[in-house]
Amino acid sequence: MILYIQYLKAYFMSISQYKKSAILTIIGQFLTSLFSLLGINFLFSQFNSLGGFTYEEILLCYSNITFAFSLAEFFARGFDTFPYLISDGRFDRILLRPRGAILQILGATFEISRLGRLFQAILIYIWVLPRSKIVWNFFNIFVLLEIQICGFVLFVSLFILYATICFFTTQGLEIFNIFTDGSREFGKYPFAVYGDKVLKIFTYVVPVACIQYYPISYLTGKTGNMLYAFTPLFVIPYTVLVVIFWKIGVKKYTSTGS
Amino acid sequence: MDKLIRMEKIHKEFVVYERLEGKWSLLKGAFIRTKKKVEALKEMSFSINRGELVGFIGPNGAGKSTTVKIMSGILNPDSGSCVIDGRIPWKNRIEHVSRIGVVFGQRSQLWWDVPVKDSFSLLKDIYNIPNSSYEERLYELLERLQIRDLLNTPARQLSLGQRMRCEIAAALLHRPQILFLDEPTIGLDAVSKLELRTFLKEENEKSGVTVFMTTHDMDDIEAVCNRVMVIGRGTLLFDGSLSDLRAHFGSQEKEDIDDVIVRMYHDLKLLT
Repeated sequence: MILYIQYLKAYFMSISQYKKSAILTIIGQFLTSLFSLLGINFLFSQFNSLGGFTYEEILLCYSNITFAFSLAEFFARGFDTFPYLISDGRFDRILLRPRGAILQILGATFEISRLGRLFQAILIYIWVLPRSKIVWNFFNIFVLLEIQICGFVLFVSLFILYATICFFTTQGLEIFNIFTDGSREFGKYPFAVYGDKVLKIFTYVVPVACIQYYPISYLTGKTGNMLYAFTPLFVIPYTVLVVIFWKIGVKKYTSTGS
Repeated sequence: MDKLIRMEKIHKEFVVYERLEGKWSLLKGAFIRTKKKVEALKEMSFSINRGELVGFIGPNGAGKSTTVKIMSGILNPDSGSCVIDGRIPWKNRIEHVSRIGVVFGQRSQLWWDVPVKDSFSLLKDIYNIPNSSYEERLYELLERLQIRDLLNTPARQLSLGQRMRCEIAAALLHRPQILFLDEPTIGLDAVSKLELRTFLKEENEKSGVTVFMTTHDMDDIEAVCNRVMVIGRGTLLFDGSLSDLRAHFGSQEKEDIDDVIVRMYHDLKLLT
């Protein structure tokens, strides 16, 4: 943990060498995601609800996903850029150091520009939380935190999964972005909106719906099923599986050298 | 003598995928791949004593870096055994790498945009070096490598010679048993080269560190190493002192060492 903070310090130190560029990318990220927010607004200028969800409920969903995803992108950037880590030999260097590989990759780089999106998510929270007609009792606050924390963990493990696939293909599979960036884009609306098949994929293959559609349905009172409030916890065994898969990938790497 | 590294019958094969040639090759290549096995190391055996200075030479693609990767624990062989001070490098990776230092001439281990001193303190945390030991060692290395004035400079602003001195310091902070160097003098000016060689010899005398160096510069070997190993096509072709090598492959007394090497590569049919 101390080492991780040192890595973070080193990152901010290198960012401080390019202050203007950092600030501009943060603003840039803020603006680009502003467009998808506008998209939601246009939609709701035509309709009053989408798949049974009101404007405020969709915004809550949007800010949950944006919050968790941009936080994950900030911290797990090393896995997102993993093909480069392999091709320029930095992964070899990581293996030459007496620390776990996952910790070192997390510490290898961060992505400050994502704070722009994070900031936007927080602004939306400030606007939407009091207007959402959800009673913010103790349990509902717990569910919201559960969504955010498990969402963050889930996206980090999706990035790790993406990196693991690189061990088997040596090049990053662009198609996998359907699940990372795609789940961010699709995830702005509850997955049920897209129909049953999409919902199933995003429940069992890439369990993004577990931090999104199910708990949101519970929070907004669409279902009284308590089980829906705890679906985000499904992320935990999923992450364990991903880490096991990752370890197999590292084994494969050390026996082929590529 | 005390054997530090023991390599026995290390064998390593890689599978490479060949690109098809001819018409439609790109399209076909998307569906059919022809596998080809390449033997990178064939039953490689050698041992190295504690405190030796070994130079490792051979033409490009001979298996030099594969050997170094196996000894440093980032690659495991198909068969054979490698024991370094009682450890199997690829099985006890974390324990093993905390006792070795590795310098690549072409790649940096310093943080690019961060002042050198902060790279060093990150390494202190990575290797868990106790404070007092770290201060003492850092002071010593700063003096001997003359890098005190560079501490506040980010690595990207250093000249190659300055950077290499910092790289060497970074690899020695945790007082490793073995120092692996992969073409450490590549691209350095004459002064930096000489300083680096003197430092390596001195460090070996002072701390008893075992040095294993791959290089294409025979002067490195002449100045630093007391033993030279020649590898070609995955096998060890020569192992002895530089004067033995000269006696074996040289034609006249004071022949330039590079000419001797060229003749040797020819005699051993290493060049294609």
